[in-house]
Amino acid sequence: MDKTKKRRSEGLEVDRRGALECMIWAGTGVLWALSGGVPKSVGLLGEALAAEASGFTFLQISDSHIGFNKPANPDALGTLREAIAKVKAVKSKPAFMIHTGDITHLSKPDEFDSAAQLIGESGLNVHYVPGEHDFIDEGLGKLYLERYGKGTKGQGWYSFDDHGVHFIGLNNVVDLKAGGLGRLGPEQLAWLADDIKGKSNSTPIVVFAHIPLWTVYADWGWGTDDGLQALDMLKRFGSVTVLNGHIHQIVQKVEGNMTFHTARSTAFPQPAPGTAPSPGPMTVPAEQLRSMLGITSVDVRFGNKPLAVTDTTLAS
Amino acid sequence: MQKSTAVSLRALAASIALMALLIMHGNANAADAQVKIANFTFEPPVLTLKVGTTVTWVNDDDIPHLVSEKGGKFRSSALDTNETFSETFKDAGTIEYFCVLHPHMTGKIVVEP
Repeated sequence: MDKTKKRRSEGLEVDRRGALECMIWAGTGVLWALSGGVPKSVGLLGEALAAEASGFTFLQISDSHIGFNKPANPDALGTLREAIAKVKAVKSKPAFMIHTGDITHLSKPDEFDSAAQLIGESGLNVHYVPGEHDFIDEGLGKLYLERYGKGTKGQGWYSFDDHGVHFIGLNNVVDLKAGGLGRLGPEQLAWLADDIKGKSNSTPIVVFAHIPLWTVYADWGWGTDDGLQALDMLKRFGSVTVLNGHIHQIVQKVEGNMTFHTARSTAFPQPAPGTAPSPGPMTVPAEQLRSMLGITSVDVRFGNKPLAVTDTTLAS
Repeated sequence: MQKSTAVSLRALAASIALMALLIMHGNANAADAQVKIANFTFEPPVLTLKVGTTVTWVNDDDIPHLVSEKGGKFRSSALDTNETFSETFKDAGTIEYFCVLHPHMTGKIVVEP
């Protein structure tokens, strides 16, 4: 690793003192389990997963980009189909799935339809947050909100509780400002403050949004301008897990009681921060593609342990 | 004799029309400008031109971009690969624009009288 690369990766590495147990598979999605009230990634596919995931687990998929057909992956629908097949093969059925945005590539009705049909085959309840690619129809988000906005606030943000864990889905892809990064906006931040008011510090929190809520690489827009304001509000909680997509690769870190994790795409990989002229789709040899796409599973175990996140590639 | 004059006149008119067309076309080329969107940047990032010039943005990336004036005075639809968007600048001034999808991408048009 040369000096430049090392400097760039600073702050991106998992803090080994942290409680996050993380198994990185070359793969597809993340299966999350809550451990001691803290989400723990256990990995999505394969036997290790089946053995580990005994408690409350949920899955994360991200960036399916239905409609993308460029050389980096001419068949984004096909790789999503493979991801969903992996999801269906998980032995202990996850409680639900979250999709962290960029469901579609161009917000076209048929893209939304194809994605919904395929993801529906998982048989799981899915909680969505939008990516910027889901908000570029003529109505700037109208199609997404018609489909997924029911029961949500503002531009599609919401929260829900499951197994004692408070889940918060945020939208940081709307009304972005020239020269800026992702953005939550004052209305959403005010809602968040109100949403967590009265929640005890021991409530495990899982917050998910498309663009990373922390700055991964500002030069490529990989961060959220007012993300720190949201994270500051959540600092008082004993366990906070932040799940994002957008960057089509896994980056993790642990800071105090906060665990940050980004998921792979099911469509195409993107380069590591600063390693290419731009964050555009990375074309890799066909036989390598599936090792760079994946899903994430989270195993939540109650007690004094972290949530375990496991990422599984489509190749495994 | 009369017939031949008519033919000459027609030929002359055609030549004039062709010349006019060439001149207009030449002018159009000289006056119009292009911004290439490549590697998540606008190229050139600052473009200086005369009032009345039409600027065409061309997306050269494998990812869509969406060009918008900073305050939304003009806005393209999502431009997929090789798609274009044009805007004619009728007033002098400096226009700042960005990509709605990737707001760290910014550019400027300086319109001179």
